[in-house]
Amino acid sequence: MLQISEVTKSFGQRRVLTDVSFDVARGRLTGFVGGNGAGKTTTMRIVLGVLHADSGTVSLDGHAIGGEDLRGVGYMPEERGLYPKMTVLDQLVYLARLHGIDKAGATRRADALLDRLGLAERRKDALESLSLGNQQRVQIAAALVHDPDVLILDEPFSGLDPLAVDEVVTVVAEHAARGIPVLFSSHQLDVVERLCDDVVVIAGGAIRARGTREELRERYAGDRWRMTATTDAGWVRTVPGVRVEELAGVAVTFGAPEAAAQEVLRGAVERGGVTAFAPVRPTLGEIFRDVVVDHARSEKETAA
Amino acid sequence: MSTQVSTNRQSAPRGSTTPTDQGRPERPRPLTTAQATTLVAEREILTQVRSRSFIISTLITVVLIFGGIVAAQLVGGSGFGGGDTPSVAVVDGVPTDAYEAAADAGALTPQDVPDRAAAEELLRDGDVDAALVPSAQAPGGFVVLGLDSEPGSVVTALTVAPQVELLEPQTTSDGLRYLVALAFGLVFMISALGSGSMIMQNTITEKQSRIVEILLAAVPARALLAGKILGNSVIGVGNAVVMAAAAALGLVVTGQTELLDMLTAPMVWFVVFFVFGFVLVASIFAAGASLVSRQEDAGSVMTPAMMLIMIPYFGVAFFGTNATVMTVLSYVPFSAPVAMPTRLFFGDAVWWEPLASLAILVLCTLAVVAVAARIYTGSLLRTGARVKVRDALRGE
Repeated sequence: MLQISEVTKSFGQRRVLTDVSFDVARGRLTGFVGGNGAGKTTTMRIVLGVLHADSGTVSLDGHAIGGEDLRGVGYMPEERGLYPKMTVLDQLVYLARLHGIDKAGATRRADALLDRLGLAERRKDALESLSLGNQQRVQIAAALVHDPDVLILDEPFSGLDPLAVDEVVTVVAEHAARGIPVLFSSHQLDVVERLCDDVVVIAGGAIRARGTREELRERYAGDRWRMTATTDAGWVRTVPGVRVEELAGVAVTFGAPEAAAQEVLRGAVERGGVTAFAPVRPTLGEIFRDVVVDHARSEKETAA
Repeated sequence: MSTQVSTNRQSAPRGSTTPTDQGRPERPRPLTTAQATTLVAEREILTQVRSRSFIISTLITVVLIFGGIVAAQLVGGSGFGGGDTPSVAVVDGVPTDAYEAAADAGALTPQDVPDRAAAEELLRDGDVDAALVPSAQAPGGFVVLGLDSEPGSVVTALTVAPQVELLEPQTTSDGLRYLVALAFGLVFMISALGSGSMIMQNTITEKQSRIVEILLAAVPARALLAGKILGNSVIGVGNAVVMAAAAALGLVVTGQTELLDMLTAPMVWFVVFFVFGFVLVASIFAAGASLVSRQEDAGSVMTPAMMLIMIPYFGVAFFGTNATVMTVLSYVPFSAPVAMPTRLFFGDAVWWEPLASLAILVLCTLAVVAVAARIYTGSLLRTGARVKVRDALRGE
């Protein structure tokens, strides 16, 4: 398990991370969500040892993460880029060999990965001649080519079409299934919600929420209900403790504690009938909408 | 708000996926710094050698040098006494068997003259390349007379190795002095500039694309720097060797072998100085490049580095004939690779001078490499605005 605890970081006078703590469990995909400038990239770079935290620790299975662990990390930086003029295969082989894999083994792994990502035919082409989507697949392959023990992907899905996202997720999930911690950042909550087991939400350099996808939805669902009655539902407004959010004829969405909601349901049944009554389960995107649009500082500025 | 969630930490991996590897393979042993350096150097070399622009520019250089020497020979005639059959004034009394065989073989054209005075006159007028004069003391009964330098082609054509006398013995001409200095300077400048800008470009590319973050996860920064310097030095020195070979071939083809004989010893020194001077330049370029994050900003660090390379070239180009300036230049680390071999070439330097100058160069190179490594390591992961040297040295 990768554990980030109480990490704080300032660039000059500007505090960019405040007491950031969360875990990345083995064998699960953990999504790291936040708006631009929220501190995702900075956190990841601290985990990688590329930046040093002012205080706080990063540990892997209980010990402080260090040289040998870091060599085992597969990392995909947010700024895409490998060697533009090198062929796809050559750079993957080079990166694998830098990790100590012998040339034959490196070639074998690179070939297998390119095959999986549908790039087998482009292996002898210079990277710059590939489409952006394909370059991104190569970038993901670069993070995976040495069979990493920890996988950290910064915005791996931005710029990919939905089909490519699924392909990449399948490959990444296979690596997670080997039992390694996988952390990926995204500002697209809907993507994270669909793909991740665990979710960490960061805003303004502080963790706003963390937990499994279901837990978060549950916890932040709030007491909201949606009801469709058979008669006009305008009377719901008059029920004590009920806050109507939306009213359209027979359909109503309202916030209320459970007891008051039951009261509304009973009332509706007395007035004619109910065709639908359910708690409203918002998507994470709806819950954290404010989180990901606020704090629109540029990531570049944060990383500098 | 951030409640610890640990209920399904140990839950099984998602069922929908199949693992690629059952049983994780052992992580391979990390590369030693030397291995990593070699690997980085290998990439630097291969990517450049394979690039079309590199191949084309090397070919053009070779053709220019070779063609230039051949063309100069064709236009300028027998500049250094090669090419045409030398004509020789033979004074009455020289034993005929001394030159007969050579004359029959077409290696020289004899021209009979009555006495030494007539021979000297022809020689001074440039009508003959050498003269044979009878001499009772000399072996073979004659000496070879030359104007200002040993008439090599004549001497080698004769069966008996003769004594040589010069009418106007001269130290090497200023023109030649200038040319040799210029040649050394040019080779150094072209190689250093080529490789220096390549190092700079590659370093910035790696920084700009952030691939450096991936690389640094695998190997230490000093291995990256060392590999870059090593790889580009191999290319630079290789390039210089190719240029020298083209020049040598040109000289051989045009028969100017004497010049080649004169060059060999200083050439060895040149190569030694070149290698260290090159590492010096390469480190400066790498350190400079690591300070900026975008190719557009390269100019601000490129200019001072370029100056350091231009100095020796213009130094010897403008002051090549000024002994004092050349002596100073031959000790300054940046110009020593050009100035010291030039002085050696003309025999202006005492035996210990190249050693002293080399020692200074090596010490300076070591110091610069150490500082460059600090700067490189300290600034490689900083992006955005140009990193100040002081900040890079401080590390954080």
